[in-house]
Amino acid sequence: MEDTRKKPIIEVKDISYKYAEDHVLEHVSLNVPEGAFLALVGPNGSGKSTLLKLILGLLKLQSGKIKLFGEDIRMFKDWDQIGFVSQKANSFNTGFPASVFEVVQSGLTKKIGLFAFPKKKHREKVLDALKSVGMLGFQDRNIGELSGGQQQRVFIARALVSEPKLLILDEPTVGVDSRHVHEFYQLLGELNKKSGITLILVTHDVGTVTDKVSHVACLNKSLHFHGDAEEYHSLDEKELSTMYGTSVQLISHNH
Amino acid sequence: MISGIFQFEFLQNAFLTGIIIGALAPLLGVFVVVRRMSLIADALSHVTLAGIALSLLLEKRFMALAGLNPLYLGMAFSVAGSLFIERLRNVYRHYQELAIPIILSGGIGLSVIFISLAEGFNTDLYGYLFGSVSAVSRTDLWVVVAVFLIVVLTVILLYKELFLLSFDEEHARASGIPSKWIHFIFIIMVAMVISVSMRIVGILLVSALMTLPVAASLRFANGFKQTIFFSILFGEISVIAGLFLSYYLDLAPGGTIVIIAVGLLVTAILIGKRKKTKWGEGK
Repeated sequence: MEDTRKKPIIEVKDISYKYAEDHVLEHVSLNVPEGAFLALVGPNGSGKSTLLKLILGLLKLQSGKIKLFGEDIRMFKDWDQIGFVSQKANSFNTGFPASVFEVVQSGLTKKIGLFAFPKKKHREKVLDALKSVGMLGFQDRNIGELSGGQQQRVFIARALVSEPKLLILDEPTVGVDSRHVHEFYQLLGELNKKSGITLILVTHDVGTVTDKVSHVACLNKSLHFHGDAEEYHSLDEKELSTMYGTSVQLISHNH
Repeated sequence: MISGIFQFEFLQNAFLTGIIIGALAPLLGVFVVVRRMSLIADALSHVTLAGIALSLLLEKRFMALAGLNPLYLGMAFSVAGSLFIERLRNVYRHYQELAIPIILSGGIGLSVIFISLAEGFNTDLYGYLFGSVSAVSRTDLWVVVAVFLIVVLTVILLYKELFLLSFDEEHARASGIPSKWIHFIFIIMVAMVISVSMRIVGILLVSALMTLPVAASLRFANGFKQTIFFSILFGEISVIAGLFLSYYLDLAPGGTIVIIAVGLLVTAILIGKRKKTKWGEGK
């Protein structure tokens, strides 16, 4: 289904990373083609977050190369092409006195530019983004008053408001009511198909995710599998569990 | 009766200064509180004290420096202190709050040494510790006006960036805004506001004026701009009522202002409608 000849949005070449003597990533190479919906799966401590931080430029490369939109990451300036939704629980103070509107508008900070003020068109973009995640009408509420799932939608709206070509989500369903997880994946699927946004979903939840995505990459320090979702599903459980190690419980796929 | 108190120039100075810092301290205080940096204000005020003590010492020792306004050295120390705090926060990445006691005790240590070198207290110092209405000069007023213009203009121009940095520092860095610079500018503004506020409320109570009105505002404000608005409103009520009361009842202005701010906070906690607030719940 996916055209692999499409130019890659992210090219990761042979990167390794260590904290002190602790090797977190070893020789990881990964290409993400335009329009893909990639699930980056791996158990806790597999280096997923580190890889993500490297791609987002939050950590400095120790070895290897990363290209974003065809440009070396050290030269890359176009950060508003990349939307990022982090693990809500870690980065967000639920008592923060901001309205939903203010939170989503903060996603336009870079785009509006230094010393400039939001204009009418920016305010309209905020409402559009809220609409696309089904949260129109909540803009005047304080962010802390919403449920976990609603907050996560607001954060996606914040990432979408700058109209990125690539959206990266780090464990986005943590803290989301399990009844709403399905809806949530549906929303992501729509964004990927209708708006053509390339998605990277980082998760330790191997079971449900791999049905919804076009590509799968399995990470545990090094990359154990990287291919499209159909290939992934053709792997048998034995191969899968050697990839993840025995600590991960795999849910079987009914195909 | 009210017109009577404005006949004296020093009272005019005190009121104008008070009205300005009544807005300035809570304005920056909102960012300080939501970034969980409340104690930094305390540390910086003690560093400011060291600057003031040094200035008073120099004034006593060297006649040529008699005209030097202690505010300048106080501000210089405060800004230097804020840069040290940043440095220490980077050195002790996992114990960032360590920077506060280090700077705070360093500030007091220096102050005590300077005071002892000056061979005892002079009445001036008392005014800096607890605030004074009579001590505000025209020069002080102009310095405060200058700081006010700089800070308000900067906050307006960098509002988006300051908001993003406060709300989600990681996202701010990932989005490519110059977050290090914004933070640097912010911490220097905090240092400046602390040093000009101490004339009225006193060094020991400066941080109260930055945090108490904000704490009250958080109880029922909707959205960030409203939080700022109510914080400034409570700050102004505290300062203006506090100055009137302290003048007529002959009380220390700093203490009076702070106790009114505490009263407003308690009222806000009692009647604050935001029951769903998560502040202070389940850390």
